[in-house]
Amino acid sequence: MNPATRSPLMWVVHLSVLLIVALWTLPTAGLLISSLRDKDQLAVSGWWTALSTSSQNTVVRAPGPESQVEREGKFVISGNLLEGQPGQISAFGFNSREPTAFKAGETAELNDGEKLTVQADGNFEIVSDKKMEGSRGQRVFVTASSPPRFTFDNYAEVLGAENIGRSFINSLTVAVPATIIPIMIAAFAAYALAWMPFPGRAILIAVVVGLLVVPLQMSLIPLLKLYNGVGTILGVPAKTYVGIWLAHTGFGLPLAIYLLRNYMAGLPREIMESARVDGASDFDIFVKIILPLSFPALASFAIFQFLWTWNDLLVAIVFLGAGPDELVLTGRLVNLLGSRGGNWEILTASAFITIIVPLIVFFSLQRYLVRGLLAGSVKGG
Amino acid sequence: MLFQLVKAAGFMLGGVIGCAAYFWGTSFILDLMFPSKGKSGAVASRNLRITNAIRPWLFLGPALLALTVYLIYPVFMSLWYSVHDRAGQNFVGVSNYAWMVNDGEFRQSIYNNFLWLLVVPALATFFGLVIAALTDRIWWGNIAKTLIFMPMAISFVGAAVIWKFIYDFRPEGAEQIGLLNAIVVAFGGAPQAWITLPFWNNFFLMAILVWIQTGFAMVILSAALRGIPEETIEAAVIDGANGWQIFFKIMVPQIWGTIAVVWTTITILVLKVFDIVLAMTNGQWQSQVLANLMFDWMFRGGGDFGRGAAIAVVIMILVIPIMVWNIRNAAKEMKGH
Repeated sequence: MNPATRSPLMWVVHLSVLLIVALWTLPTAGLLISSLRDKDQLAVSGWWTALSTSSQNTVVRAPGPESQVEREGKFVISGNLLEGQPGQISAFGFNSREPTAFKAGETAELNDGEKLTVQADGNFEIVSDKKMEGSRGQRVFVTASSPPRFTFDNYAEVLGAENIGRSFINSLTVAVPATIIPIMIAAFAAYALAWMPFPGRAILIAVVVGLLVVPLQMSLIPLLKLYNGVGTILGVPAKTYVGIWLAHTGFGLPLAIYLLRNYMAGLPREIMESARVDGASDFDIFVKIILPLSFPALASFAIFQFLWTWNDLLVAIVFLGAGPDELVLTGRLVNLLGSRGGNWEILTASAFITIIVPLIVFFSLQRYLVRGLLAGSVKGG
Repeated sequence: MLFQLVKAAGFMLGGVIGCAAYFWGTSFILDLMFPSKGKSGAVASRNLRITNAIRPWLFLGPALLALTVYLIYPVFMSLWYSVHDRAGQNFVGVSNYAWMVNDGEFRQSIYNNFLWLLVVPALATFFGLVIAALTDRIWWGNIAKTLIFMPMAISFVGAAVIWKFIYDFRPEGAEQIGLLNAIVVAFGGAPQAWITLPFWNNFFLMAILVWIQTGFAMVILSAALRGIPEETIEAAVIDGANGWQIFFKIMVPQIWGTIAVVWTTITILVLKVFDIVLAMTNGQWQSQVLANLMFDWMFRGGGDFGRGAAIAVVIMILVIPIMVWNIRNAAKEMKGH
């Protein structure tokens, strides 16, 4: 119907969308690919080369003279420079100025009359006529090419050694109750604001709309003080899961009430009136009619709140703490950025573990998410 | 760990049952105290009036309590703390604000926050609008939209790791494993430690938020574009308008309201941006922003609650115009119903 759809300009549209999609997905793809790569390869080559054979120059030190054995009147040190890893040595050298002076299989004459032979599979031999001395082994420069290696080792490492598993449980412990509880409270309030006439209703709705944008930062210091006070009076620690669940509930309520009220206000009046004529009370109407009909809005909010509580960093470190046992995934990841900033195998695997749950939620429930966004924004404008 | 999960499940169940018991129980008691069934006309209607007046407040009770404790009370208390000393005990007047105005780091944060406010909402909305318009014309538009929308599900910290990897820097001559430096080197440039370049690093951090928020803008603007009446576009086509004219002169003016909503929503988010800066630079190399500065003073600056609260108040003041605008719009819409 649109003339533009048939013009050659369409190719430009296809290409630009393709480019944009690439720009928006490649960062995440790079993270995922990197997290699955062997950590030695990850450290020396870009993830976009993950499928090609990588060639790297390294320096290895052969075992020292203490490991020499006497064989047929000669002194020999032997071993494998690759230490059992798959790969091929293409060139080697013993001098940093000519690290690739010799091809694999050739024999190099070292400065003091020793002979060094390195095979492509990494086996080497140093042969000398006289007993070798000194305490350190010979430095050998090798150019080794290794086939692409993919592994789950990085994940095994972070789940075990970096306490990511523990933080995963913590995040789950925070997010699920912090999603369910506000829904209950907000649904009743939204019904009252949508369908029960009472003086001051319009003002309350305006207050909820206003609270939607109150920055979280305003709440941190007073609530921290309040929690400390309550903790002292009741003799319980100030930073507890109950505390963070209630905090997330309070912070999530404005959006919950707003979304649900908008949705409920759009339900047909006749259904409620006919139920009322049949003698149903407000409580019955709410539980038996409104709640089931509002399922899409409830689902939208649940997704928002789950993503928000799972991805939250600020509320978690303020109200749950930053100790090793309390850290949620986002907090753990920030710590790793500080302590393991250069270890990309650990960072990429940890980051992927933190984003996998929200991504699953996103891809499986995207419909409700979009619907909720539209209800919250387009109607609100 | 298992105990923790059981406890969480228990609390959740308890919370749900508690809520249900509260709402059901209070309703039941109310009906018991003021029965309207089986009473004579006058008594029944009087009792009905009373229950109808009380019940909304029972329904609203828990929500109002939570909103008051977690949002309304803290706003006033933050104001109170902002005129008190670091422990919140002695009144110090406006000295926290005076300190703020003279503090170099605070000025840096304000300056950076304004840069963020100028760039992020504009770029995210612009990209969102363009992508919405483009994807509406192609058959695989929905797949493209899903992929562009995806970063929305990723936490700011996760996104920071993803982008820190892209900005990764190795000294010149070494193999670059960061995508950006690899591209720069491939075109013959010199690699840079991007996030340590004062002033410019702000933009490398903003790119992350734009990357996250474009999907949000796209989804909403796409729905708005689809809501435009077909006739207006057809009329423009008949009058001989080309694609650009139709888009910018016919379609965009009709969705100004939605564009404004998207813009302000992202603006609010930008004012509160914290995680990205904390994870990427922690305010070093002149990339500090208000929310991170506030966090610094709350905890790492030795716990000066007075100064922290004063910074929070500044963020609040910046939000107020948008808050007023939102309330007005909502009020207008309510009257329309």
